[in-house]
Amino acid sequence: MATMQFDLVSPERMLASFEATAVEVPGAEGDLEAMPGHEPVITTLRPGVLRAHGAEGRKSFIVTGGFAQINGTSISVLAERAVAIEEATGTIMDELLEEARSLAEAALPEDKDAAQKLVHDVEMLRARV
Amino acid sequence: MPSLKDLKNRIASVKNTRKITKAMQMVAAAKLRRAQEAAEAARPYAERMNAVMAGLAASVKGADNAPRLLAGTGSDKVQLVVVMTAERGLCGGFNSSIVRLARQRIAALQAEGKTVKVLTVGKKGREQLRRDFGNLLIDHVDLSEVRRIGYDNAQGIARSILKRFDAGEFDVATIFYNRFESVISQVPTALQVIPAKYDESDAPETGENTVYDYEPSEEEILADLLPRGVATQIFTALLENAASEQGARMTAMDNATRNAGDMIDRLTIEYNRTRQAAITKELIEIISGAEAL
Repeated sequence: MATMQFDLVSPERMLASFEATAVEVPGAEGDLEAMPGHEPVITTLRPGVLRAHGAEGRKSFIVTGGFAQINGTSISVLAERAVAIEEATGTIMDELLEEARSLAEAALPEDKDAAQKLVHDVEMLRARV
Repeated sequence: MPSLKDLKNRIASVKNTRKITKAMQMVAAAKLRRAQEAAEAARPYAERMNAVMAGLAASVKGADNAPRLLAGTGSDKVQLVVVMTAERGLCGGFNSSIVRLARQRIAALQAEGKTVKVLTVGKKGREQLRRDFGNLLIDHVDLSEVRRIGYDNAQGIARSILKRFDAGEFDVATIFYNRFESVISQVPTALQVIPAKYDESDAPETGENTVYDYEPSEEEILADLLPRGVATQIFTALLENAASEQGARMTAMDNATRNAGDMIDRLTIEYNRTRQAAITKELIEIISGAEAL
């Protein structure tokens, strides 16, 4: 089965780098699944779950914000914050939620909607974990 | 001529100093390793970010509706100077070299008739700049409580800068920090973050000239990414600065330890000479006393 190079990096470190057969990305305009040979795309992310299917099974990460750069042979996800799902405990999620809420409060009027959406997205995520 | 007792005290005190500087050097060495690892770990993100940004920036260049963070406000009258220094001293020329560069730049800008505003990160830079440019300081970011610099810190600084930019408080922002070159060499560096300058040579050399689809539109992605780009650049600068600080401290403390060692040697020789002189004097007194009889 064809594979593509999958890299997940956050500003502080590289979380994952391996050959993946498919990667599910929570894009800002909707989820998408990237497989080898995918059309080159750059998309921003919304807070959600990123799943990468590799040789050692499926790996899931919680990501908030950032973007993904996809082309036929590789996919790089640059997430503002990324946590492996096994490490995403209630406290981490609460922290994220807290951060999103404080951002929403501080947001300028024209950014209010986007900030509210962020809070909502994180809340959904929190409920799922 | 100091007495024997004075010399003995001096030696003891210099020995204590040597112990302290030696300990500081070793602590700095350990911290330097950690700081370097952190800087290393952050590199992939910054590199990719720059690559994508360079690509995007090149594609919207010249467009009328290019974001202000990229194209600038069309003026450079008001300049924001962000001076990043350490929270602590005892690290050789680390703080003063950044401040010196910033000071030169501020003076040059003022000579050109520009308005300069200064934002300081780290206590030491603030202390040094307050003397000459106290009225220009508009804000200060305190990182003394921060044990390990995280992306959150950089984001906080970036947000406060961006908020001012959106409020129209300045046109151009430049950050000053020390780039870590090696343990003995840190280069004071000025980097313009707003309007962002991305080197087009950083754009990925795809060869086959990949054309990316953008989702949502190019402009929206850029509007989302530009603030992140600023935060990333500040984060990189903070990490470089942290590594430089420890490197500079290590070198400074190594020198101090060596100087203390030299001083102890000199003082010990002086102490022995003085002791010898005292013994000789006593002997002469005894002999001349005996001869007089």
